[in-house]
Amino acid sequence: MDELLKEFLVESNENLSQLDQEIVELEANPEDTEILKSIFRTIHTVKGSCGFLGLSRMEKVAHHAEDALGKMRDGVLAVIPETIDPVLKAIDIIQEILQVIEETQVEPDGDDSEIIEDLKRVLAGDFTVSESSPEASEPSPESAPQAPETPNQEAEQAPQPQAESPAEPVQEPEAPPPAPAPPEPQNATPPAPKAQSPAPAKKAQGASQPSVASKSIRVDISILDRLMNRVGELVLTRNQLSQLAQSDENSPYKLAILELNRVTTELQEAVMQTRMREIGNAWKRIPRILRDLCSSSGKQIDLEMIGADTELDRQVLDAIEDPLLHMVRNSADHGVEAPDIRKAAGKPEKGKITLNARHEGGFIVIEITDDGAGIDVFRVRQKAINQGLLDPSDVGVLSEEHILNFIFEPGFSTAQQVTSVSGRGVGMDVVKTRIQSIGGTVSLSTKMGQGTTVHIKIPLTLAIISALIVSSGHHSFAIPQVGVVELVRVSDENRHLIETVNGARAMRLRDKLLSLVRLSDVLGLDRPSDEVRNDEYVIIIQVEKREFGLIVDAVHDTEEIVVKPLGRYASNLNVYAGTTILGDGRVILILDTTGLANKSEILNLSEGKVNEAATKVEHTDIQLDRESVNLLLFHSNEGTRHALPLSLVSRLEEFDSKDIEQSAGRYLIQYRGHLMPLIPADSCYQVGSVDPQPVIVFSDADRVLGLAVHQISDIVQDRIEIEMKANLPGILGTAVIDGLATDVLDLHHFLRQTQQDWFATTQMKTKKHLDLLVVDDSDFFRNLLGPIIVGGGHKVVFAKDGQEALQILESNGNAFDAVLSDLDMPKLNGFELVKHIRQREDYSELPVIALTGHTSDASREKALESGFNNFITKIDKDAVLDAICELGNMSS
Amino acid sequence: MTITSEDPCRYVTFKLKDELLGIPVEQVQEVLPSRAITPIPLATEEISGFLNLRGQIVTSIDLRRRLNLEPRTPGTKSINIIIKDEEDLISLVVDEVGDVLDLVPSELTSPPATLDAVWREYCRGVFQLERGLLVILDAEKVLDIHVGA
Repeated sequence: MDELLKEFLVESNENLSQLDQEIVELEANPEDTEILKSIFRTIHTVKGSCGFLGLSRMEKVAHHAEDALGKMRDGVLAVIPETIDPVLKAIDIIQEILQVIEETQVEPDGDDSEIIEDLKRVLAGDFTVSESSPEASEPSPESAPQAPETPNQEAEQAPQPQAESPAEPVQEPEAPPPAPAPPEPQNATPPAPKAQSPAPAKKAQGASQPSVASKSIRVDISILDRLMNRVGELVLTRNQLSQLAQSDENSPYKLAILELNRVTTELQEAVMQTRMREIGNAWKRIPRILRDLCSSSGKQIDLEMIGADTELDRQVLDAIEDPLLHMVRNSADHGVEAPDIRKAAGKPEKGKITLNARHEGGFIVIEITDDGAGIDVFRVRQKAINQGLLDPSDVGVLSEEHILNFIFEPGFSTAQQVTSVSGRGVGMDVVKTRIQSIGGTVSLSTKMGQGTTVHIKIPLTLAIISALIVSSGHHSFAIPQVGVVELVRVSDENRHLIETVNGARAMRLRDKLLSLVRLSDVLGLDRPSDEVRNDEYVIIIQVEKREFGLIVDAVHDTEEIVVKPLGRYASNLNVYAGTTILGDGRVILILDTTGLANKSEILNLSEGKVNEAATKVEHTDIQLDRESVNLLLFHSNEGTRHALPLSLVSRLEEFDSKDIEQSAGRYLIQYRGHLMPLIPADSCYQVGSVDPQPVIVFSDADRVLGLAVHQISDIVQDRIEIEMKANLPGILGTAVIDGLATDVLDLHHFLRQTQQDWFATTQMKTKKHLDLLVVDDSDFFRNLLGPIIVGGGHKVVFAKDGQEALQILESNGNAFDAVLSDLDMPKLNGFELVKHIRQREDYSELPVIALTGHTSDASREKALESGFNNFITKIDKDAVLDAICELGNMSS
Repeated sequence: MTITSEDPCRYVTFKLKDELLGIPVEQVQEVLPSRAITPIPLATEEISGFLNLRGQIVTSIDLRRRLNLEPRTPGTKSINIIIKDEEDLISLVVDEVGDVLDLVPSELTSPPATLDAVWREYCRGVFQLERGLLVILDAEKVLDIHVGA
């Protein structure tokens, strides 16, 4: 493109975008000649350049607009909507033409006679000023409070329009009332305190603008990008040098590297600074848009912009500008009501939209608040149901917030009337996609009759992000910290947290059932076979308010990484967000968590509902009424299908049938340290008839129970409506689930069976329930012993080591009947502990039992000599219970 | 660039297996010894991964795979020919780099009909040198790798 033309386009676009805002301001402050002059200058420049470049069509339009503006400037023409509208329209046309020129480099043909006629009519003077009033330079004080955009103006009554200005009086009562001009820098009045002033962007412009402009230069963005890249390289080189210097204490370069370090950091910050722009830049078009919208709809809306000077990265700014405009339009169009409706509702006729931007951590939070009618959650729900996005049966399960989220679904609009502005159902989904694409989130909150707030949270910069470095097999990846909720380490001790349901992995974390996906599976990576089970990590990631777990082999650390592009060959794989270079020079890929979730289909809607439902059910125990729940389907023998609410199930296991033991007509299996009774789900079912034997594990308080079933078939979501009561023990009744008749199991029947067992065995052994202090430094053994002891009907308090045990005894020495203590512990071991106890007067007689892993006679001898009353192996459940029982008999 | 010019053009030559190939020197930014490559899971197999060129990310294309030659035995040395194409930096991984030759474009002949179809597609023409044929690659076509989502 011709350099000259290019320059003209850049300059004109910049000037015109500023014009939009200035003209709206001018309407509010018609006597502000500074603004008028500035507008006139801009149009004049455009006109001049057009003539020079031979853009005749544009020149003509600009010429007539300039004429009108000139008359306004000279005070011959009033600044009122009737005169300003044609000027605005002319500017629109100029912008349209500019856009075409930018694309095609040729001025498009077109007929502008209409707008030129309009401008001529204005010039001809329906609106010329008749009574040029002498008190024009006085702002009318009573109109000031209503002026938009100057919320703190009460304090600013003092500022006067410049004395020499031949400002216009205003005769149109319908026109927006004039407000005093913003305080000029040269004015004697103290400037408005910036900190608390939600200063509209206009203050940065206006009269002081030329001086600002002369202090800045225009730099091509690509130069800044290149600079940023080079600084990134410099940082890496600096890091390498620092590492070298650190390895050698006496390096002669040490000081120089230190200096390099400092300068590089400052340089990096400065370059980052050049990329930052005020968010006000993205708000520039908003006043104009609202103005147009108000004049076409008859609404009255005040706009307040808070934190316009909040800075963010240019790239982020570009990405959010359109979504922001769209949401403001939405707020104005279906948020704020028409004046008569507002009046009837007891609200001020003039609505208000507030834009508020602020820093919060490494993020920018932008809120768009209107004081309008609010969103009718019920209607959203209806619409979601009508559009098939929501299953009516789920309604009770979903939170209001979740329902509001449907607004972001493609094709969703609750506006009853489609206007030219919004309500066409395009937009909110695009808004969301755009914001997500830069790592941001968007959500809504609303109150019927009081208004709606849209919350947007976006990262400050896309250039440098905080990321978690993980690895899977030999591959390392960066995961943006934004979506990471927590990390769970999976070792042999807690591997049971991961369960497999019909081939899909899931994890029960507190009250949630999370879907899991292995990173190596999604990306098709080679990894060591499952035989070698090392520790793994589950990274809980949030995507669109839903969480899933990503399994990786290792988690390294969190680093600030410089995001670099993917290049053409990797960008459409949809699982990567970019690349980065680590301190050691390695290139690694940045994962796109949303893409990963989509690719593994882990977050499709039904799955999301499953999670929600599971969570809900967990809190409210079993619900056998209307609400649909997650149901585990299984066959207790070849034929009958059974169902159970999934929320009751702790784990699903499979056991080799040779491991199943039989004792006194009952089936038992060693499970996680103690014996678990296995009960057939159907009395006809032969435990161990399939190998491996599928078992549904329940844990109720401290008891566990395994239900042996023929086959675990599926998990479905459905309601349980018992159609037929059953006479069979263990069956609540028959329901139609997933289209088939299914027996719903009465779990309490089975739990009762084992409960009686428990009491039978313990009652036999002990007459008294004891209070025990168990001292062991291993989580595992404390967890193992707890259920055994509590199951025996005793109460237990745990201590992690001898020292803690002594502290507990110190404050509560007489509360315990006995101490069971490990021998080998940090801080204060078992031998020392028993010595301390024996030296005490108040509880020197307290029975202390040694718990140990080894049972050699020598150690036994030693333990008894040191003052222990007994010596038992802690993995032997019966020995533990026997020893406690003996104590009980002794003390009674 | 018109190929009919009589002014000599410079070509960077390189070897792939036993073949001698070349590309115009103005398309080449630089030549690098082999360095660590980060593979891109799920990418097509011609894309061998990313490498770090002074802080810039370079996508590396395994030219052997791209031209249907048998894969390089792991561990053998390779050379990166760095090409700047629009905004992207791309490395063509070859076995070794040869001389830069001045050749007259008008002597470029169309490839022999017996040439492998894949080769013919990526080939701009052939120079008949004394010591054998020099196949000039059409970089644009070589880089046009279809990557499905």
